[in-house]
Amino acid sequence: MANKILVFIEQRNGLIKKPSFEAAKVAADLAVKLSVTAEAVTVGNEIEGLEKVGSYGVTKVTHFKNSDLTNYSPSAYAELITKFVNENGFDILFFGTTSMGKDLAPRVSAKLDTGLAIDCIALNTNSSDIIATRPIFAGKALVDVKITSPKKVFALRPNVFNPGVPSDAKADLTVVNVDTPNLNVRVTEIKRAEGKLDVAEADIIVSGGRGMKGPEHFHLVEELSQVLGAATGASRAVVDAGWRPHGEQVGQTGKTVSPTLYVALGISGAIQHLAGMRSSKYIVAVNKDKDAPIFQIADYGIVGDLFEVAPAMIEEIKKIKS
Amino acid sequence: MKIAVCVSHVPDTAAKINIGSDGISIDPSGVTYVVNPYDEFAIEEALKSKEKFGGETVAISLGGDANKETLRKALAMGIDNAVLLKDSGYRDSLSVSKALAEEIKAQGAELVFFGKQSVDFDNSVVGQLTAELLGYNCISVAVSFVLDGNKIICEREIEGGKEVVETNLPAVITAQKGLNEPRYASLKGIMAAKKKEIIEKIPAAATNYVEVLTMKKPASKQAGKIIGTDASAVPELIRLLREEAKVI
Ligand SMILES: Cc1cc2nc3c(=O)[nH]c(=O)nc-3n(C[C@H](O)[C@H](O)[C@H](O)COP(=O)(O)OP(=O)(O)OC[C@H]3O[C@@H](n4cnc5c(N)ncnc54)[C@H](O)[C@@H]3O)c2cc1C
Repeated sequence: MANKILVFIEQRNGLIKKPSFEAAKVAADLAVKLSVTAEAVTVGNEIEGLEKVGSYGVTKVTHFKNSDLTNYSPSAYAELITKFVNENGFDILFFGTTSMGKDLAPRVSAKLDTGLAIDCIALNTNSSDIIATRPIFAGKALVDVKITSPKKVFALRPNVFNPGVPSDAKADLTVVNVDTPNLNVRVTEIKRAEGKLDVAEADIIVSGGRGMKGPEHFHLVEELSQVLGAATGASRAVVDAGWRPHGEQVGQTGKTVSPTLYVALGISGAIQHLAGMRSSKYIVAVNKDKDAPIFQIADYGIVGDLFEVAPAMIEEIKKIKS
Repeated sequence: MKIAVCVSHVPDTAAKINIGSDGISIDPSGVTYVVNPYDEFAIEEALKSKEKFGGETVAISLGGDANKETLRKALAMGIDNAVLLKDSGYRDSLSVSKALAEEIKAQGAELVFFGKQSVDFDNSVVGQLTAELLGYNCISVAVSFVLDGNKIICEREIEGGKEVVETNLPAVITAQKGLNEPRYASLKGIMAAKKKEIIEKIPAAATNYVEVLTMKKPASKQAGKIIGTDASAVPELIRLLREEAKVI
């Protein structure tokens, strides 16, 4: 079937994002299975440690470079990647389903006139096809899809595919200087929420719901997050109440997350909330209502008052970490 | 200026999703359908843009007759015209975008709003695909929108912050929660919407590149252990997280 696989490596601030390593590993493993080669492509200015993609099995990486490309430019990135794909005959493309990947993958896919499977959580190959599994209806159902166009674009959900243990291998790096990138759409500035870990990127998340009783008690959620090295999340009820920013909302109309550990404090577990976090590997719930639906999907639950339980959790974790 | 807004008609987010007997689509019985929540922000931004810059607004929806309900809602909120691209068969995102792009072109719209994601298939790509097909600029997941002459500045949500993005008309903007507060339809608006004609068109046949092989429910998670009823359960919880789950 295919003869060449390409994985897009996402950088922000010159640093490679973790979902790109996961995608690189998937691309490299697929290449082995199909007895073809996997290469990587990236766009940016100065980028640290690009050769490192080699340690996930990708042998070659091409870097399109220009100082105007430090930040994301949808128009330039999409144009450069599409041209690279056409000139080198790649047929299978991988992206991470990050905010950049979600923006970029469809643009490239439209330019190439291909099918696109976004937010894939599993890939399986049989003798002739690659079958991608992706959640729909916020995870209430799953579909297995097959792309029938000659070229195929897949975007993989972060934190689902295991990048494995990196080897010492280094990829061959080719830097291509770009003369005049198409900056029709360009990012002029990035406003960072200071020092905050985003729920979409976190390995551990501690979320608070209406059971927190008010914004003044969220220091408990933040402290527990801090001792666990976790991101702070929230239910929609508390975002709508103005207690927490929307960027923290987990759920069907917030962010979909799949961390290793999700701790829900005072969250009832409405269907729209569960939709955003049910694929977490381990779920801990603290709620005083034993019938709260969150307990139906929690691995570990404490039916009790979070104002007693959360401080005890903070103390206990501090103890073991010291 | 002609402003278009593309809207989809989706199961209510509270709906229980069951798989249909064909095994590749959902069973619609007992499911209520609503305007896609993100599309309400798109409709609102289209209305605000018209109020500011004048012109005409049109809502476009691809789907079966049931989508008229969502188009009526857009009309009731104040959108001027509505077009139903009638096709209730399966279409992948690109095929949806091809039909929408044709209609947007026919309408001559220079500014187009979408919701950032439809909460049924959750693809979050139709706005970007449509923009590419039209050769329009595109900013996705916008939480703010400023148009000044030809120039557009938006903030878009990214992991851990926001990007400020600049571009020019013609453009497609996909709306994220936070962009605005969608207005309620007034009684007058609702009455007027009932009388308005929804123009029906048949789009070009679907050319799908993504085939759905099976649709299934996710393996349901086993409810776990209740460890205790107060703070005294915490040491055991932490032990389990360390030794059994090995996550801390
Ligand atoms: C279109 C639509 C989209 C939606 N999208 C989302 C979404 O993306 N994300 C989302 O989260 N919701 C979403 N919702 C809202 C959702 O339906 C719920 O209303 C919301 O999740 C409830 O938030 P909560 O669990 O914090 O509050 P509640 O349901 O009020 O639950 C509070 C919980 O705290 C417990 N509690 C109270 N005091 C204590 C205490 N001292 N100790 C321990 N426990 C205590 C209570 O027993 C209760 O279970 C959406 C709804 C709609 C209609």
